[in-house]
Amino acid sequence: MSASSSASLEFVALAKDFPGVRALDGVSFAVRGGGVHALMGENGAGKSTLLKILSGAYRPSAGSVRLDGVERVFGSTAEAIAAGVAVIYQELHLVPEMTVAENLLIGRYPRRGPFLDRAALHAEAARLLALVGEDIAPDTRLGRLSLAQRQMVEIAKALGRGARVVAFDEPTSSLSSKETARLFAIIRDLKARGHAILYVTHRMDEVYEICDAATVLRDGCHVVTHDSLASVTRDELVKSMVGRELTNVYNYRPRLQRPEGLEVAGIAGPGLRAPVSFSVKRGEVLGFFGLVGAGRSELMRLVCGAVEPTAGEVKIHGEHLAFSSPRAAIRAGLVFCPEDRKKEGIVAIRSVAENINLSARRSRLRAGLFLDFTWEKRNAREKISSLRVRTASAEMLIGTLSGGNQQKAILARWLSENVRVIVLDEPTRGIDIGAKSEIYALIHELAETGVAVVIVSSELPEVLGISDRVIVMREGLVAAEFPREAATPEAVLHAALPSGSSVPAAAA
Amino acid sequence: MSSPASASSSAQPPAFSRLWDSAGMLLVFALLFVGCSIFVENFFSAANLRGLALSVSTIGMIACTMMFCLAAGDFDLSVGSVVAFAGVLGATVMNATGSVALGVAAALGSGALVGLVNGVLVARVGINALITTLASMQIVRGLGFIASDGRAVGIRTDSFFAFGNSALFGVPTPVWLTVGCFAVFGVLLNLTIFGRNALAIGGNKEAAHLAGVPVTRIKVVIFTLQGLVAAFAGLVLAARMTSGQPNTSQGLELEVISACVLGGVSLSGGVARIGAVVAGVLIMGLVQNAMNLLNIPPFYQYVARGLILLGAVMLDRFKRRA
Repeated sequence: MSASSSASLEFVALAKDFPGVRALDGVSFAVRGGGVHALMGENGAGKSTLLKILSGAYRPSAGSVRLDGVERVFGSTAEAIAAGVAVIYQELHLVPEMTVAENLLIGRYPRRGPFLDRAALHAEAARLLALVGEDIAPDTRLGRLSLAQRQMVEIAKALGRGARVVAFDEPTSSLSSKETARLFAIIRDLKARGHAILYVTHRMDEVYEICDAATVLRDGCHVVTHDSLASVTRDELVKSMVGRELTNVYNYRPRLQRPEGLEVAGIAGPGLRAPVSFSVKRGEVLGFFGLVGAGRSELMRLVCGAVEPTAGEVKIHGEHLAFSSPRAAIRAGLVFCPEDRKKEGIVAIRSVAENINLSARRSRLRAGLFLDFTWEKRNAREKISSLRVRTASAEMLIGTLSGGNQQKAILARWLSENVRVIVLDEPTRGIDIGAKSEIYALIHELAETGVAVVIVSSELPEVLGISDRVIVMREGLVAAEFPREAATPEAVLHAALPSGSSVPAAAA
Repeated sequence: MSSPASASSSAQPPAFSRLWDSAGMLLVFALLFVGCSIFVENFFSAANLRGLALSVSTIGMIACTMMFCLAAGDFDLSVGSVVAFAGVLGATVMNATGSVALGVAAALGSGALVGLVNGVLVARVGINALITTLASMQIVRGLGFIASDGRAVGIRTDSFFAFGNSALFGVPTPVWLTVGCFAVFGVLLNLTIFGRNALAIGGNKEAAHLAGVPVTRIKVVIFTLQGLVAAFAGLVLAARMTSGQPNTSQGLELEVISACVLGGVSLSGGVARIGAVVAGVLIMGLVQNAMNLLNIPPFYQYVARGLILLGAVMLDRFKRRA
């Protein structure tokens, strides 16, 4: 109101529902102008959903964003930008083929008549670059800049659009310490000029270095907001991030451990910083935990033949497996249920039955070519009823089912008698708690029949709840391994956080 | 199975929609057929219907494999050129050697080879199908002109063109061959793992790959079959015309794709029904035939064909929204 230069941002009872999941549940907190506010939480806590609502990419199911005291619900990213909100994502929204100046002023090029006013474009670009202290020629192609420079360009672009609220999503994840220092200098400068800054990070050191306040989210709910960090210890922050009690939706029971089912020795390839070795016994559930980008999915893709490894060896029940393709792996009894259900799991425009039978039907052919319809129908029906896939019929298009039911149908695809090892990458992402517990029950059932199970998950309680053993990955490396008894939430989360943020041992 | 079904019965497509899915285009064809029989003079006669069937025989054969190509999420523009090239090459080899068998083998072999190259470039090397087959369309057309020096190659082996103009039970042999193609590829699509895998690839290539479907191999086989069948259609056409003509069947690829789209085949892959494709081919032929009988000038026929294609696709879209 009073032409004060300080911006203020407030989230009011913000909620967001996705089919079957509540990603945000009544989150309220305020970010002061002239301050940097840390937003913390595990993967899946709701941080990205909150950022997407702030940026106008999602509409909230309930609640609103209050900007300088005015309630706003952004219908599109353009509206959010016009209102002075900028969200700087990890993947920058810049066009590498265009020049720095073109990127900075994209969507609002200065014109002279019908023509682009190149002189004005470069002058304005130079002014914006000066704001972030960058000395780049405006006509440089963006693709030639370093990642840190691109980030500066993104910030300058936001400032050029009059952003008064700036949100950063783990901005330092790919910066060197020197570049991080530069970024922090810019952030301090923004702060001094009265901008309201929201800063999403996993790194404790950064929270204490740059942030004035902090909010922790967990499972889509607001846990705590500290208006000052002076009296808050790191340990308190970690505890409030983990916080939850392990309920018995996991139904864990100890099982008989049998000989090795899957042995991976010195496997190397894209996404891994060093060769990885691990093994899983028949009847064992091995959990892989790590932050997003820790290399877990990449590792599994190498193991399962989806990506060809550069080195290493995989044995299934002691037999050597050739890494030629997923097909070869499936033949050997190693099946992989990928992370991105929509992109890599379901064939959305085919029926539930087709999706269930897609892989196992190969072993049921007549004359090597003709489908056995009696078996196909029976198999689909049996899997649908035993996994309780809720669908009107086996002939429904799988794309019309809810996420949890799609996931159960995809799991059904892999449950044939010759499965020896099953690798599940984020099997419960985006599905409701009921379907989750059914999937946990299925995992235990599989393990009890002697299948070696590997489960990759970003949900800490899930990994701890169902695994016999936990391997933690961090930045493309295996960081630690815990037997079930030693796998406390704090220990596992500490091992997963980037090295710069390790918690002093005294805290334990 | 039935008790939980009632809970979500609203998700089940309504009866009309299911009927449309399974037989919609055949229904449209039947209506058009009855309409033309009543209102278009000379339409419902044995001679005209024989001519109609013959006129769609080339498109019909090639539509079978194009359906697979589209189902797997690709398409092939080179088929028209392959038809011409196979006719020219077959005629040339027959004339040179006096052997029908050698001519047929050379034509089919070259067609399969073109398809194989297309398939390897698309599936293994990863070049876009539009670019790959646009290139092979021109290359093969050029080879046809080169091989024939730009002129029609008259076939001197009587037995070959006698075959092309023969008939069984009053139905021309090329029509029987087309029916045979529909039967073979219908079985392949509906009853074999090959057909299901092709549809799965078109629906979601990455998911199919991770489910152990040999994506590359199946695509290569589909393109090779496409080349083989186009060459076969080219031979049959040459037998009917008693010569191999290097400039025949220009634009045929678009007519074939039109027929498939009329038959409800999704251009983005994953959906194909043989019955509907048969209907699509027949509708194309029927409309053409009726327009000829009604003496509609050819210039207007182009416009009409385009409008029918757009109309059919829009009808399908509205039905899906409803």
